[in-house]
Amino acid sequence: MNATNTDFTLSIEDLTVSFDGFKAVDNLNFYLDKNELHVIIGPNGAGKTTVLDLICGKTKATSGSIKFLNHELTDLSEHAIVRAGVGRKFQTPSIYENLTVFENLEVSYPEGRGVFGSLMFKRTKKVMDKIHEIAKEIMLEDSLDLESGLLSHGQKQWLEIGMLLIQDPQLLMLDEPVAGMSVKEREQTAVLLNKISQGRSVLVIEHDMDFVARIAQKVTVLHQGKILATGDMDTVQHDPKVIEVYLGH
Amino acid sequence: MSFVYERLLGGKKGLTGFIILATLILVIFPLFLDSFRLGLAGKYLTYAFAAVSLVLLWGYGGILSLGQGIFFGLGGYAMAMFLKLEASSPENTAIQSTPGIPDFMDWNQITELPWFWEPFTSFTFTILAVLILPALFAYIIGAAMFKRRVGGVYFAIITQVIAVILTVLIVGQQGFTGGINGITDLRTLNGWDITSDSAKTIFYFITCALLLLVIIASRAIMTSKFGRILLAVKDKEDRVRFSGYDVANFKIFVFCFGAMISAIGGAMFTLQVGFMSPSFVGIVPSIEMVIFAAVGGRMSLIGAVYGTLLINFGKTAFSESFPELWLFLIGGLFIAVVMLFPNGLAGIWEDHGHKITDRFRFIGKWFNKLTAQAKLRKAEDAKS
Repeated sequence: MNATNTDFTLSIEDLTVSFDGFKAVDNLNFYLDKNELHVIIGPNGAGKTTVLDLICGKTKATSGSIKFLNHELTDLSEHAIVRAGVGRKFQTPSIYENLTVFENLEVSYPEGRGVFGSLMFKRTKKVMDKIHEIAKEIMLEDSLDLESGLLSHGQKQWLEIGMLLIQDPQLLMLDEPVAGMSVKEREQTAVLLNKISQGRSVLVIEHDMDFVARIAQKVTVLHQGKILATGDMDTVQHDPKVIEVYLGH
Repeated sequence: MSFVYERLLGGKKGLTGFIILATLILVIFPLFLDSFRLGLAGKYLTYAFAAVSLVLLWGYGGILSLGQGIFFGLGGYAMAMFLKLEASSPENTAIQSTPGIPDFMDWNQITELPWFWEPFTSFTFTILAVLILPALFAYIIGAAMFKRRVGGVYFAIITQVIAVILTVLIVGQQGFTGGINGITDLRTLNGWDITSDSAKTIFYFITCALLLLVIIASRAIMTSKFGRILLAVKDKEDRVRFSGYDVANFKIFVFCFGAMISAIGGAMFTLQVGFMSPSFVGIVPSIEMVIFAAVGGRMSLIGAVYGTLLINFGKTAFSESFPELWLFLIGGLFIAVVMLFPNGLAGIWEDHGHKITDRFRFIGKWFNKLTAQAKLRKAEDAKS
């Protein structure tokens, strides 16, 4: 809690979380610059998803500090963290299957977030325009009235990304955004990510190394809750420790 | 205009259903039912308030409350307390050892009106109490549960436990509540005899009007962004939370609103039937209300009313001839509905209702023709 203020979008210092003595994240220090697209990789159980859970408040830290634009996040509730400007996509597409694509985006629209606000919420032109703009960006403009449960797996992933984009977060966290996607969808997603990372910081967890190579500006390798290596893709790929534990020979 | 049409009445489909229901309860029932059966229908319609509240809570919000009887009962008791005090004027109770207090208090050696009965001498207070007290109680339960993220089966069990506790409390505190017999022998409302046939007919129509209003209000809520957030919470609660919503507040609100609706039903029950007892508070009525909503279709506000009427008229008809079989029948019906028709009567109507409505399409065509002719005539008039 005594971390100093910085210029970073996100600064994680001495972050530890232990589950019954098992340290899933162990004394982690991690910084994310403005407008940086950073990918976290690592073997299963390295603590990648736990780090995202800690940032967005799903899991409470045992000790350490997470600062977002110099605001401490560790004592905020989940919805307050979102309102501060942190958006998070879950590993499996997490959308409202019984609502249409339009309604999914509408529910995510960052107005009318209180009980009475939502009762009084109106679909003004501003709201409609924003929804159409985002739908276009995530390539779902023609499916706005479709029940979202009927979308393909890849489209569901995009829809969830769109639901975050509509809130215009300063920090966007994506947990395996291309899992289960076809080759073509991966390419489209890479283009989408490069586009949406303009003007905001993006933190991605991914396993697919080809995809990582296409999008990452910086890569961090996590192993047993600790950082093994950080740097650009090239450096990390040739790091002997990384090859040992993760990439294989 | 479009707000009223789309949001309050639910567009063309919702409006048709609403008009059919309104015609049934406001015109057909009073015309074709004798006063005894109409009284029964009125009583059943008060249960429909609770069934409608369960459509909001359970159908839309995914919050299964097995304790709507609590709120139905609180509303009913609040009204009964007022009526009882009016019936217990010193003149009427002159033979008691303490005149001026309800008879059951006198029987239990209570010599003074308890403090929490005092405000119920005021009719205004009573109306406010019917609307606010159950909602306040729901707020306390809701805040305690939902803020701690208690949900699903645990919430259902806790509501059930509260229903039991309340029943035990009412039965045990005989001197304050009338005990197992409840509050009986209610006669007048502000001097107006509520046991007369004309009063019963008036209460019937008030019940219908309030029920239709409740359906409109519920529809307004469900067609707002609030309603879509509620559906979203039912599907993926975490996603809603991580979209910047304090999910608990939404659940608390709908729980309070449902409590208020149920309480209005309870108050109308007391007025029509002339008494209130703990048998409308506990587990059995609470679960029956869930069955009404399930049979009617838990996503359909109007379906809930039909479910309530069907089950209760069925109950009356069957329990006259086979009283011991009724409980098995209703249990079997519940299982059958859940397994075969998860959307209840409303679902069946959705799938097969068009076969009936198609036959009446000529009404719409005829109406369209008339309006077209009228427009044409207007245009011609404007020309000449």
